[in-house]
Amino acid sequence: MPDEPLIRLDWIVDNLGEIGRRLGEHIVMTVIAVIIGFVISFALALLVRRYHSLAAPVLAASGVLYTVPSLALFALVLPFTGLSLLSAEIALVSYTVLILVRNVLTGLDSVPPDVSEAAVGMGFTASQRLWRIELPIALPVIVAGLRIATVTTIGLVTVTSLIGQGGLGYLIVTIGINQFFSTAIYVGAILSVALAIGADVALLRIQKALTPWARSRAG
Amino acid sequence: MEFLRAVVAWLLDPAHWAGSGGIPTRVGEHLLLSGGPLVIAILVALPIGLYIGHTGRGAFLAVNLSNIGRALPSLGILGIFLPITAGLGLGFGVPPTVIALFALAVPPIVTNTFTGIREVDAELIEAGRGMGMRESELLLQVELPLAMPIVLAGLRTSAVQVVATATLGAVLGTGGLGRYIIDGIAQQDDPQLFVGAVIVALLAIATELAFAALQRAAISPGMRHSGQSPAGLDVDAPRPAL
Repeated sequence: MPDEPLIRLDWIVDNLGEIGRRLGEHIVMTVIAVIIGFVISFALALLVRRYHSLAAPVLAASGVLYTVPSLALFALVLPFTGLSLLSAEIALVSYTVLILVRNVLTGLDSVPPDVSEAAVGMGFTASQRLWRIELPIALPVIVAGLRIATVTTIGLVTVTSLIGQGGLGYLIVTIGINQFFSTAIYVGAILSVALAIGADVALLRIQKALTPWARSRAG
Repeated sequence: MEFLRAVVAWLLDPAHWAGSGGIPTRVGEHLLLSGGPLVIAILVALPIGLYIGHTGRGAFLAVNLSNIGRALPSLGILGIFLPITAGLGLGFGVPPTVIALFALAVPPIVTNTFTGIREVDAELIEAGRGMGMRESELLLQVELPLAMPIVLAGLRTSAVQVVATATLGAVLGTGGLGRYIIDGIAQQDDPQLFVGAVIVALLAIATELAFAALQRAAISPGMRHSGQSPAGLDVDAPRPAL
């Protein structure tokens, strides 16, 4: 394709339906991974708070697993669950858990001790303290983790095209790189960046709406 | 269990330990493919970070560079350079991969170096100036040693990222350990892709541990007893190696 332009607008116009479908798949895979990852991380964080001896191993394991390349993690799951959405989501959820468990723990730990004590003094039970005091205070740190996890997952979902999934990686790899068609590469990459930035901004907005009291302090 | 037996059989096959597709060759390719761009990135990014940190000029650029880098998926970075190198007649596999890995390695080093230098106590710099140190002496004898833990944390982030992303080079046709995974998927050869995945995961973890050790070893003796823990001082928010 030496004489072909880097981006062919006519292809984009002709394939808007396909591009939209891939974008939709990308969003669905990201949302599934972040939601399941968040639920697991939250449960893990509560468990670690109850059994403090778990903290060191959980954090150490998440630190080490963090460095495992995404393609390797997908490949480690493949022999057991095949070229499936399940394989993709297992790996994606693992990454979001690695990121989120740290942030949920850091967030809950950031609650000033005198605040917790005041709540105890006012007769709050442990679960009331968690839901009404600690969680709201921890929210900015937790959302910060959600933002990192979401942006990271959006990037990782592109890799799932290598194990037979759709999403924007399908445009980048299956149509773009494998058939040597630069337009599809650029459309996939640009949409992926746009999606990451959009998700980041949206989560920041949500956080600001949920924590009006933090508006003057947290950026 | 049957799968594990197949994995062991694959590992014990002498053919997988010799020749151009053998494990030693693939590990060597992987190290070259990641080491080259990393070294060039250090040579380019370190002076830029030192300059921005010392003069304060271009800080805006340094911060935004790393934010954009975070949103761009590594597979996208690899893909973006492919048509460009192909169009320029540079080739398909290694050239776009090397450029992409270089582009990936620069931002964390620039950002961390710049932040490390910026965070040095202003009084210490003034004291140095008062003692008649030249700007270059200030930078190399006061600022850089104090910033070293953060600078090295940036190197660590870059190194792990590059080793991980070099795996994806196989998508463009390079050698390295990604070959086992990409070929394993294409040939439906589960033992091959599994072994490839384990080796590349171990290599990434080894890189992380090696740089963590370097970080501990390279701390200026004057800072060792300051009660600060240098580990994990990476100012770049944690991000898994894609």
